Amino acid sequence: MIFTSYNNIISPLGFSTQENYQAVSNSQVGVKKVKLPFSQDEFCVAKISDDKIQGHLSQIKNADTHTKLEQLSILSIQDVLNQSGINPKDSRTLLIYSTTKGNIDVLSFDSAQDDRYKGIDPKRVYLPVFAKHLQSYFQLAHTPIVLSNACISGILAIIIAKRFIEQGTYDNVLVCGGDILSEFTISGFKSFNALSNEPSKPFDGNRVGINLGEAVSTILITNKKELATPYNTQIISGASANDANHISGPSRTGDGLFQCLTQILDKNTNDIGFISAHGTATPFNDEMESIAFDRAGLNTIPVNSFKGYYGHTLGAAGVLETVLSLESMKYQRLIKSEGFETKGFSGNITMIESHQDKSFTSFIKTASGFGGCNAAALFKKI
Amino acid sequence: MKEIISYAHIKHNQVSVNGEVVFQSNSSLTLIEFLSEAYKNLGASYPKFHKMDAQCKLGFLCAEFALKGTNFLTENNLSKTAIVLSNCASSLETDRVHQHSIDDKSNYFPSPAVFVYTLPNITIGELAIKHKITGENAFFVSEQLDADLLVNYTETLFQGNTKAAIVGWVEVDGANFEAFIFLTENTENINKSSIFKPLNKTSVITIYNQTIWTH
Amino acid sequence: MDALIEKLKGQIIEQLNLAEVKPEEIKPDSPLFGEGLGLDSIDALELIVLLEKHYGIKIQDPKDGKTIFQSLRTMAEYIKSQGKS
Repeated sequence: MIFTSYNNIISPLGFSTQENYQAVSNSQVGVKKVKLPFSQDEFCVAKISDDKIQGHLSQIKNADTHTKLEQLSILSIQDVLNQSGINPKDSRTLLIYSTTKGNIDVLSFDSAQDDRYKGIDPKRVYLPVFAKHLQSYFQLAHTPIVLSNACISGILAIIIAKRFIEQGTYDNVLVCGGDILSEFTISGFKSFNALSNEPSKPFDGNRVGINLGEAVSTILITNKKELATPYNTQIISGASANDANHISGPSRTGDGLFQCLTQILDKNTNDIGFISAHGTATPFNDEMESIAFDRAGLNTIPVNSFKGYYGHTLGAAGVLETVLSLESMKYQRLIKSEGFETKGFSGNITMIESHQDKSFTSFIKTASGFGGCNAAALFKKI
Repeated sequence: MKEIISYAHIKHNQVSVNGEVVFQSNSSLTLIEFLSEAYKNLGASYPKFHKMDAQCKLGFLCAEFALKGTNFLTENNLSKTAIVLSNCASSLETDRVHQHSIDDKSNYFPSPAVFVYTLPNITIGELAIKHKITGENAFFVSEQLDADLLVNYTETLFQGNTKAAIVGWVEVDGANFEAFIFLTENTENINKSSIFKPLNKTSVITIYNQTIWTH
Repeated sequence: MDALIEKLKGQIIEQLNLAEVKPEEIKPDSPLFGEGLGLDSIDALELIVLLEKHYGIKIQDPKDGKTIFQSLRTMAEYIKSQGKS
């Protein structure tokens, strides 16, 4: 059996999983309108305050030699190492890093006026160099594997961790997902006309687009029963699939996601408490998901999106949303799909319209992304 | 039997298939010029090709050359065919183009057609679209071709639903470029063709180093 | 108007990387989307960038693109109507 173990979330809503779960269960939203250093305009984003980060830097060795993403990743991974007590130098332990853009802010290095990046090697924009930087910080036995598969990276990294452990290659896999807000991604999504100027409204009839967010989240995946204590939950199955339809638009009929769902659904699992959907709040994504869930016969399973709280945190999203879902199952409580008011999709599915207690033993996490990729995984209590 | 049934390698403005150079162009051609020559050599007509960034074009061509003359696409269930690619620079080559379009505030025109290629797995998406391949996807970023990682991961996929896979390396970074793609199947058939090799790290390293480049 | 249409043909071929399309193949009144050129949603967004870059016209609501980008002629008429040709 492959278990979900200790974990961490660093986001605008807190620097630990507990703080984050408390915040969403109190309906706190991390997304708000702020001015960003590179623009006169306000953007509606989920930004981690610089002051908060500053307050944690004393926990990092030579903090000023790391980029922002490295600092946040170090804090997140360190928290999981501390909680779990696993030895990062052990040859049976691997780190998989999930990200879409890594240290992309270093790319504007030459023109950047950010003093903080003085003395940081521009080569750290290369993901393998970034990975080696983390390896040397934690003295990891293996060079971390970097997965960059658009918005499914986080959940796919968890699925890959499970596969490597089942293969017998490793016993413990730390999966860390992270991406930061940057002019790079904001300008790109803006050119796609995909950004919402207000807090996003996943699955709602008036949704207009996404909010970008930044976060780093880490979870330990393990075959060690004694490390399963936080949730006593195993990863039953996981799959990815491609729509083979368009590089930026999802299949109108939800083909790839449907294919994932048919593969992960287990006839012995009839107590699925909810689906943590991708729910980006773009018109096409949420519509596609509703159709895929409907086609898979999941009409009565309550659905939420965490993106109303965190925005779209790209490479972190799948990890962060899995951790929140595990918390949700631990407390036997469904978390409201923030921003949802009126039905804005054609599939016959059931949204979580308010926080509510519920007794359940399993949940599904899904994601879909650019490049036509989709992924889904099924988690179940032991 | 898990076997490698065909492979292609593009480097130094040359294309090799199963270890033999099958196409070469003047070594002074730029990457884009070379890609355009190689595309003409294939005799394919695929207008979407011209919209791709250099990395997708390179991956697309390398896969076309590896597939040519095989029954890979007709004999395999495409919903059980995986695409697993890797490189070192992720999408940095196109990232630089996008960054350049936003560096100058007085000439600020980020392009959606550029931005969409600022993710390395778009190359997987382009292959999937061209050939209607809907199986598993993964894009790994490693310092160099990591035969261990690619073979181990493909093996885990073969433990599950996957029956065939397109696996390899597609890298574009400034003037440096290289693509290496192999096709592998998990089949009951005992194949006798001389190029068939068992799927393991040694085979991958052997076929990667097999080509004798002419310049 | 005809000169503007000709100019647009070249700009569209360049901006949308339509390498296998010759200018004379784009007819002034034929639909740009759907059949024919095989343009997609990214191309629609790219045409918005084209208008801004070459003509200084900002389309605020991308939904307006549907009517503006019906054909070369509707595009040219729109540019004229904005006094930007």
